[in-house]
Amino acid sequence: MRSDKQPVSAFCTPAAVPRRPGAGLKAEHVADILQSRPDIGFFEVHAENYMGAGGRPHQQLTAIRDVYPLSLHGVGLSIGGESPLDKDHLGRLAELNKRYEPGLFSEHLAWSTHETTYYNDLLPVPYDQATLTRVCDHIDEVQHVMGRQMLLENPSTYIAYAQSTISELDFLKEITRRTGCGLLLDVNNVYVSCTNQEQSPAAYLAEFPMQCVGELHLGGHAPDIDEAGRPLLIDAHDRAVDDAVWALYKNVIEMHGALPTLIEWDNDVPAWPILLREADAAQEILICAQDADLKAVS
Amino acid sequence: MAQVFSLPRLSAADFGDALINPDLGTPEGAVGPDGFPDVQRFNVYRNNVIVSLCEALGETYPSVKALLGEEYFAALARAFIAEHRPSNPVLIWYGEEFASFLAAFPPLKAYPYLEDVARLEWAWLQSYHAKDCEVFDPAALASIPPADLGGVRFRRHPATAIVASEWPIWDLVRVNRFKDGEQSQIDLSVAQPVLIVRPEFDVDVRILEPSHAAFGVAIFSGASLGEAAETALEVDSGFTLADCLSNFLSNGALAGLQIKEPA
Repeated sequence: MRSDKQPVSAFCTPAAVPRRPGAGLKAEHVADILQSRPDIGFFEVHAENYMGAGGRPHQQLTAIRDVYPLSLHGVGLSIGGESPLDKDHLGRLAELNKRYEPGLFSEHLAWSTHETTYYNDLLPVPYDQATLTRVCDHIDEVQHVMGRQMLLENPSTYIAYAQSTISELDFLKEITRRTGCGLLLDVNNVYVSCTNQEQSPAAYLAEFPMQCVGELHLGGHAPDIDEAGRPLLIDAHDRAVDDAVWALYKNVIEMHGALPTLIEWDNDVPAWPILLREADAAQEILICAQDADLKAVS
Repeated sequence: MAQVFSLPRLSAADFGDALINPDLGTPEGAVGPDGFPDVQRFNVYRNNVIVSLCEALGETYPSVKALLGEEYFAALARAFIAEHRPSNPVLIWYGEEFASFLAAFPPLKAYPYLEDVARLEWAWLQSYHAKDCEVFDPAALASIPPADLGGVRFRRHPATAIVASEWPIWDLVRVNRFKDGEQSQIDLSVAQPVLIVRPEFDVDVRILEPSHAAFGVAIFSGASLGEAAETALEVDSGFTLADCLSNFLSNGALAGLQIKEPA
C-alpha cells in the first residue's frame, strides 16, 4: 500500500548530516557556494530566516539542500520560557522540517518570549525543579509535533540565577533522561559560560554526557570585563574561533571521535573562503583524530 | 549549603522588564560568580536585545536609516522598540507600524516623505517574502468576448503591492537604499506612486502614472475592469485602459482572473 511507504525525498542529497564540518548558511554566500560546490559536510540555517511564505530565501535553500545535507537550528522557540510554547511557531518549524528534510534539528536551553514580548536574545534559565519540569514538557511537545528527536544546545551565560539549585550539567543530563532528546554541544558556549562563571571548561567537558551529543558548534567570542573587572566573554559569533576553543574541540574529538561540527559566524560575516577555511581547520582536527584511531586499531 | 535568608527569585516578567527599562536597575537574582548582581553582565543581555532589534529595523528600512543617519536612526529605533515590542520570533514581520510611528514623531515633522519611504520599504520586504505564484498569462484574455471584458476581475499576484504617495519615494529609495543616483538631484515636488512586483525572485519597483495607481488600487480592492477604468478616468481624462492593463500585465502584477460577476 502506498501509504505504508516512506515519502520519497524531493532532494538529490540524502538527509543524514555526516560527522564532518559544516557552516552556517548566509544569503550572501549562496551564489558562491552553488558555483564552487565546496567539499563541506553540511549547512545549517536559522529556521526563523525561512519562515516567509516564498521568494528568494526558499529558492536558495532548496538549491543548497539539493546538494548538501541540512541542519535546521531554531533560535526563537523559547523552550526555557515560563509561557506555553507558541503553537504557531512550532507549526512553522514542523513545516520547515517536512519541506527540507534536515538531518538534524536543534534548539536552545534558553528563553526569548514572555507573554506577548519576543526579546530576540537567548536568555538564561534558572536551574531549579520547576524550570526542569517545564523545559522537559516543552521538549516533549516539540518532539511530538515535529515527529523527531531534537538536540538541545547548552547556553552561553553572562549571569547565574541566585535561585538555581541544580548544576547546568545535571540539568542537561536530567533533560536527556526524561525526554530522550539529544544535545548540541557548543564548545564556544562552554568556554564563554565557564569563564564567566569562574569554572573550568575542561572539567565541564569531562563531565558532559557525550553519548547524547549529536552535533558540535564552534564560534567566535568577544572579550570584555564586568563591573568588578573580571573577564566577561560575549558569545558574539563575529570573528574566527578562538585558539582556546580549538584546543577544547581537539580534546573532545580525540576523546570521543568525530561529530558533525558547525562553524557559526553570524555577525561581521566574512567572505565565503574565510568561513570555509574555518571549516577546513575543523576538518584537519577530525582527520588527525581518525588517523590516530586507525593507528590504535592496527 | 545552609540558607539563612531566602534567595531572591527572579521571574521572566521581572527579567524582561529590566531588559527593556534600564531604570529598573539590575535584578537582584541575576548574579555574577560571587553571588552579587553585576550591571555589566546584565547589560550584555540589554545590549543584545536592543541592538539586535535596531539592526532588524535597519535591515527592513535601509533608506530611512540612510536618510536619518546611523545615530539618529538608532535613537529613533529605540523609541519605536519601547512602544512596539516584537511579539513574534520571525523578525521579517516586525516593524510594520514604523511608517505611522515616523509620521507621528514630532521632531520629524519637516520630513513628511519619510512615512511613505518606510511604507515602500515595508511593502518591498513583504513582496520579497511573499508566496511564490505564476504570473497571469495575458494570452488568456484573447478568449474573452470583448463585451465581457468590462466585467473581468483580476487577482493580485501575492508579491504585488501599490504604494500611493505624493513624494518621490522611488527616487529616495533608489538613491538611499540602492546607492543609485545623487541625493541632490531628487526633486521633492514630484509624486511617485509605485507598483511593486516580484514575478519570480527579484523585487521590481515601477513608478506609476497617478491614474494607473488609482486603477491598480481599485482592481486590487475587488473592482471590475470597467469600474476601475472609471475610477482612473476621474484622476486623468486621458487614461486609456489598454495602456494601463498592458503595464500591469507586462510587469507580472496579476495572478489570474474571473469573468463572472461575483454572486
